[in-house]
Amino acid sequence: MIRVFVPRDTTAAALGADAVAAAILGEAARCGLAIELVRNGSRGACWLEPLVEVDDGHGRRAFGPVSVDDVPDLFVAGFPGRCDHPLALGDPAEIPWLARQHRLTFARAGLADPVSLDDYQALGGLAGLRKALVMEPQAIVDAVKASGLRGRGGAAFPTGIKWQTVHDTPAEQKYIACNADEGDSGTFADRLLMEADPYQLIEGMAIAGLAVGATQGFIYLRSEYPRARDTLEQAIAHAGRTGVLGDDILGSGRAFHLELRLGANAYICGEETSMLESLEGKRGLVRFKPPLPAIEGLHGQPTVINNVLSLAAASSILADGPEAYAALGSGRSKGTLTVQLGGNVKRGGLVELPFGTPLRTALEDYGGGTASGRPLRAVQVGGPLGTYLPEALWDTPLDYEAFAEVGGMLGHGGVVLFDDTVDMGHMARFAMEFCAVESCGKCTPCRVGSVRGMEVIDRLRAGDDREGALALLEELCETMEDGSLCAMGGLTPKPVRSALEHFPEDFC
Amino acid sequence: MTPGPEATESAVRDALDAHEARADALLEILHQVQDTLGHIPREAVPPLARALNRSRAEIQGVIGFYHDFRQEPAGATVIHLCRAEACQAMGAGALERHACERLGIGLHETTPDGRFTLEPVYCLGNCACTPSVRIGDTVYARVTPERFDALIDPYLDPGEEPA
Ligand SMILES: Cc1cc2nc3c(=O)[nH]c(=O)nc-3n(C[C@H](O)[C@H](O)[C@H](O)COP(=O)(O)O)c2cc1C
Ligand code: SF4
Repeated sequence: MIRVFVPRDTTAAALGADAVAAAILGEAARCGLAIELVRNGSRGACWLEPLVEVDDGHGRRAFGPVSVDDVPDLFVAGFPGRCDHPLALGDPAEIPWLARQHRLTFARAGLADPVSLDDYQALGGLAGLRKALVMEPQAIVDAVKASGLRGRGGAAFPTGIKWQTVHDTPAEQKYIACNADEGDSGTFADRLLMEADPYQLIEGMAIAGLAVGATQGFIYLRSEYPRARDTLEQAIAHAGRTGVLGDDILGSGRAFHLELRLGANAYICGEETSMLESLEGKRGLVRFKPPLPAIEGLHGQPTVINNVLSLAAASSILADGPEAYAALGSGRSKGTLTVQLGGNVKRGGLVELPFGTPLRTALEDYGGGTASGRPLRAVQVGGPLGTYLPEALWDTPLDYEAFAEVGGMLGHGGVVLFDDTVDMGHMARFAMEFCAVESCGKCTPCRVGSVRGMEVIDRLRAGDDREGALALLEELCETMEDGSLCAMGGLTPKPVRSALEHFPEDFC
Repeated sequence: MTPGPEATESAVRDALDAHEARADALLEILHQVQDTLGHIPREAVPPLARALNRSRAEIQGVIGFYHDFRQEPAGATVIHLCRAEACQAMGAGALERHACERLGIGLHETTPDGRFTLEPVYCLGNCACTPSVRIGDTVYARVTPERFDALIDPYLDPGEEPA
C-alpha cells in the first residue's frame, strides 16, 4: 500500500500538518484510494513544513510546504501517485539543503513513525545498546572519552570525564538525569530529536546507566513541549513493554528504569543543579558547587547530568565506534554540531554540520538570509546569554574555542537572525529583563542587578547623563559577572556588552 | 470559577494517589491538580503539605517559584505569547501590542468576561517559523496580528467583539 508521511512535529503541526493529514485522508477516501498515513517526525527542514512524503515502494518523494488548500489540487495532479506539481520536491534525501548536511544524531529524523520500535531497529537503532551490554562499564566510559564528545547543553564539558567520575564513585543508587529543559530561545534540536527519534535518547540513557552503574533515569522535560511529552510517553511505555527498559534490558539481566518528569516553566531549571532541586520536588534554586552532581547529585547520589543530544550521541558512538565520531570536527570540538537557524531567516531549521564550518555558511548557504528579504544585521549565537555578532564576525568557525576567542559561545547551537529593523538597544534591555524574570533569586547581582540594568539602559537611551549611565552599566555588568553563582547572572552581560560594543548607534 | 472544597479535596487526593504521594513528584502532582481545577486553590496547600511531609511554606514556595502554576482561576482560554528573541526578530513585539489591545488586557491578565488570559512565554521551540503563540496545548507558527484575530475568533460568540 502507498504510504503517505505527514510529520507530527510541533513546527509542522503549528503550520497546519494535522489538518493536512486529515485532508489527505479525506481526499483519498473520496477518490477511493487506499493509503497508509504515517505521522513521522520532522527532518528539521522547518521552512518546508508541512513536508509531505510518499513511499510507493520505489523510493520516497516529497512535497512541501503543503497547506490544506493545496491538498485537492495535489490529488487532481495525481498525488499520491507520481505527478508533476509545483510543490513536488523529488527524493527528499536529495533536497540540497538536507543532502549537504552531515547527519549523524539526526540521521533517522523524519524517516519513520517515532514511536515504532521496529522502524527504529530497521534503521540501525539499538546497535549501540547491544554492544554496551557485552562491554565492561569502564570500556563504555573509555569509548565515550575516545570519541571526544563534549556536552551539548552549553558548557561543553567532556562527557566521558563526567561519566568516569560517576563510575568511580561508589553508591547504592546512582542516577542518569537527562536535561530536556531546552530553554534557550532559538533552540529546538532537543525537541526535534525527542519528537522524531525518541528511542535514540532512551538508548543513550540506558548506555549511560550501564557505563556508570545507574539503574534509574529521569528525563526532565520542559512543560512548553506538549508534543514531545506525548511522543516520549508513548516511546518510554513501549520500551518498557518490549524489554528495552526495565529489570532485564534485552534479556541481559541488567536493569534500567526511566521516568519522565515535567518542568513548570522556569528557565533556570535548565541549570543542572536547579534541575536537580526541581526533580526533588523543590524550588529551582541553584546549588553551590562543589559538591559536583557527579559525586552528590539527585537525592545526594552520584548523578550523570547530560543534555538530550549528548546522551543521544552515545548511541551512535557505541554503534559506530568512537573513531568515526572523533574523525569529524575540528580541534577539540569533535563530532557534529546541530545549528538551529531561527528568527528572521528564510530557510530556518536544523542543520547538522561537522564542527569548524564557518557561521556564514550556516547563515547564507543554509539560511538563505532573512525571511523579510531585508539586510541581515545581527546574529545571536548561543541562546539568550549568547553574544550578538555583527557581520565582521560571521566568518568565525563554528567551534567552541573559535567562538570563545571572539567573546562568544556556541551554547546549545541556537542561531537567531535579525534584519536591519532590529533595535539593539532594545535587545540589550531585553537581556536584562529576561534575567530579572528568570533569576532564581539567590544572588543579589543577578536578581537586583538585572533590574538596575534595565533602568540604566533606559536612561542611556533617553540620553540623560550618557557618560554616567555608561559607567554605571559597565560597573553593573562587572558586578553581575563577578558576583553571580551561575551563568544566568554571570553571562547576561554578554548580550548586553556585545550589543553595546558592536551596535553603539542603537543606544542613542 | 472557584471549585468547592470537595472538588479541591478530591483533585488533591487523585493527584497524590497517581504519584504515590512522592514528595519528589511535587511538580507532577501540582500539574495534575491544576489540570483538573484550572488553578491550585490555596486550600490545596495544607493537605499537600501533610501528605508529602513538607511545610506549607515549602509547598507555597514551589507554587510561587514556577511560572506555570497559578493560584487564581484563569480565563477559559489561556493564550501564551512568545516574547523570546527568535520571535522578536519576526515581530513578536508588535503582535504582543496588538493582542493586548484587541483583548483589552495586559500580560498576566484575564479579560473581565473571563474568556481569555494572556501570558508571556519565553520560547516554544518553534523558532524557525515565528512569531509563535500557544493556545491551550496547540502551538501556532508565523502568527501575524491578522492571524491572531482569526485564531481567537472561534472562542468568541458570533458577531461579538471582545471586551
Ligand atoms: C541558566 C542556565 C540554563 C541552562 N539551560 C540548559 C538547558 O536548557 N538544557 C541543557 O541541556 N543545559 C542547560 N544548561 C547547562 C547545564 O547546566 C549543564 O551544563 C548541562 O545540562 C550538562 O549537560 P551536557 O554536559 O551534556 O551539556 C543551562 C545552564 C545555565 C547556567
Ligand atoms: S546567578 Fe541568578 S540564577 Fe544563578 S544562582 Fe544566582 S540568582 Fe540564581
